[in-house]
Amino acid sequence: MSGAAHMAAGEGRAASPLAPYLGTFSQRLQLTLQYRAAAIAGFFTQSWFGGILIMVLAAFYSLNPARAGALSLSQAITYTWLSQATLALIPMFGGDPQVTAAVRTGAVAYDRLRPIDTYAYWYTGAAGYMIARAAPRFALIFAFAAVAMPLAGFGDWSWRVPASFVAGALYAVSLVLVVTLASAMMVLVNLMTVVTLDNRGLISITGALIMLLSGNVLPLQLYPDWMHAFLFVQPIAGVLDIPARIYFGQLTGPMALAGLGLQAFWTFTLVAIGWTWTGSVMRRLQVQGG
Amino acid sequence: MNGLSLWFRYAGASIKAQLQYPASALMLAFGQFAITVIEVLAVFALFDRFGQLHGWSLAEVAVFYGIANITYALSEALCRGFDVFGESFVRNGAFDRVLLRPRSAALQIIGHEFRLSRFGRALQGILVLTVAAFLGFQWTAPAILFGAWSVIGGVALFTGLFVLQATLSIWTVDGLEVANMLTHGGVTAGQYPLSIYAEWFRGFLTVIIPLACVLYYPVVGAVGRVDPLGAPTWFLPVAPLAGFAFLAASFIAWRFGIGKYTSTGS
Repeated sequence: MSGAAHMAAGEGRAASPLAPYLGTFSQRLQLTLQYRAAAIAGFFTQSWFGGILIMVLAAFYSLNPARAGALSLSQAITYTWLSQATLALIPMFGGDPQVTAAVRTGAVAYDRLRPIDTYAYWYTGAAGYMIARAAPRFALIFAFAAVAMPLAGFGDWSWRVPASFVAGALYAVSLVLVVTLASAMMVLVNLMTVVTLDNRGLISITGALIMLLSGNVLPLQLYPDWMHAFLFVQPIAGVLDIPARIYFGQLTGPMALAGLGLQAFWTFTLVAIGWTWTGSVMRRLQVQGG
Repeated sequence: MNGLSLWFRYAGASIKAQLQYPASALMLAFGQFAITVIEVLAVFALFDRFGQLHGWSLAEVAVFYGIANITYALSEALCRGFDVFGESFVRNGAFDRVLLRPRSAALQIIGHEFRLSRFGRALQGILVLTVAAFLGFQWTAPAILFGAWSVIGGVALFTGLFVLQATLSIWTVDGLEVANMLTHGGVTAGQYPLSIYAEWFRGFLTVIIPLACVLYYPVVGAVGRVDPLGAPTWFLPVAPLAGFAFLAASFIAWRFGIGKYTSTGS
């Protein structure tokens, strides 16, 4: 594995205790980036499903758009494109496949033997994997929905520019926090897999809840108004809905900082939970043979 | 033994195998149910906010939604073998053995697995149809007949799509994730009355893949409305035949594909 080479190089420089984790991160990043055909297939499927969702939303908006509340149709369309572009950053299809496979084969025992912190190892691996999957899809969907569509005369259905330069810059910051939060979520799903072994039913329900609470199924502002306060503060809003609101300029100034603060708060909380849980799970780990 | 009773044997064996792990089978079905019900919650939220969908009421959309999901659940339960054909039969050469047996390949592939977990989605569909009744939709005899006919034609169409997906994987020697756009994408689009979509998309779902003929026109008949797209009344019960035509065309392609099959040799 090229990861071993990376880590060996890190040790050769004798050094930073962070080296193994940076090595894990860059190894997963580079390895996952090799899957170009998967990225292109993802681009086509996600654009297609995004397009269907946009047409359904437009049909709901068509007769009385005023009832939509704060989210205009063009924002709902842009929301859908943002959601499809960053889909790989939402751990809705289970945990890190490398960890899932290790749990199934029993190779997770090797993770016990590594002289490194298992949580940090899984966390950096998840971050590298997710970024590598998201980046090419983001670029392709942006090129299609934000550049090609307006040029081809489909401006009404396209991915619009952010509300302002500041909103765009804050969105970029928010995206970084999406990665930190989503990686923490993915490790929690990994742990669920370790604890329940192969409980695909439970994992898929978790994934469905993540889809609903992130805004992937429907922008959170389109749910009934009385739910909005809860939907805003719950942890999963931070992987899609909060960045989108920052992008639209709905959260500006102190509210934008509050949004970023919520993302950071939930990152720390989920990391703390995950780190503690990893410790207790790994102490009681029973390895599957085979 | 004729084909049908052989298929019942296959399905029975598959169901027994899945029930060897009853808790797992139940959790998978419940997982399917939960995922698909969560999507329904989003539709309720949209109706709560907007009141109607391009002139269709919640009760009417619920009829479309329930029928589409029952149709897709049955198709997925039935067609698992075609769905995983690329990775489970072509890539590893397992199809060689299928071809050696003195029975049709299609029958053996469709007998590969009868997926119990898909009853989670079917249950969601039944629940949504019940909700339609609570919202005041009258399940009259013609409505039930139109609905059942729509499901039958729909299963034929989706089976045709899965067969085409399997046929293409004879060449790609792998699973075909992109086929998801037509199968899963088809049910995603067909859950709503197709009159809400842009004209090019409707055209695609009528002429290229006759989804409108199985999940839209007969359901318009079930709902008892005059078609906003202007289809004459006599066309509504005839339309699902297009699903069978599509299935027949898919099997012609399948036979052609099998003729061109070369083993991976692994």
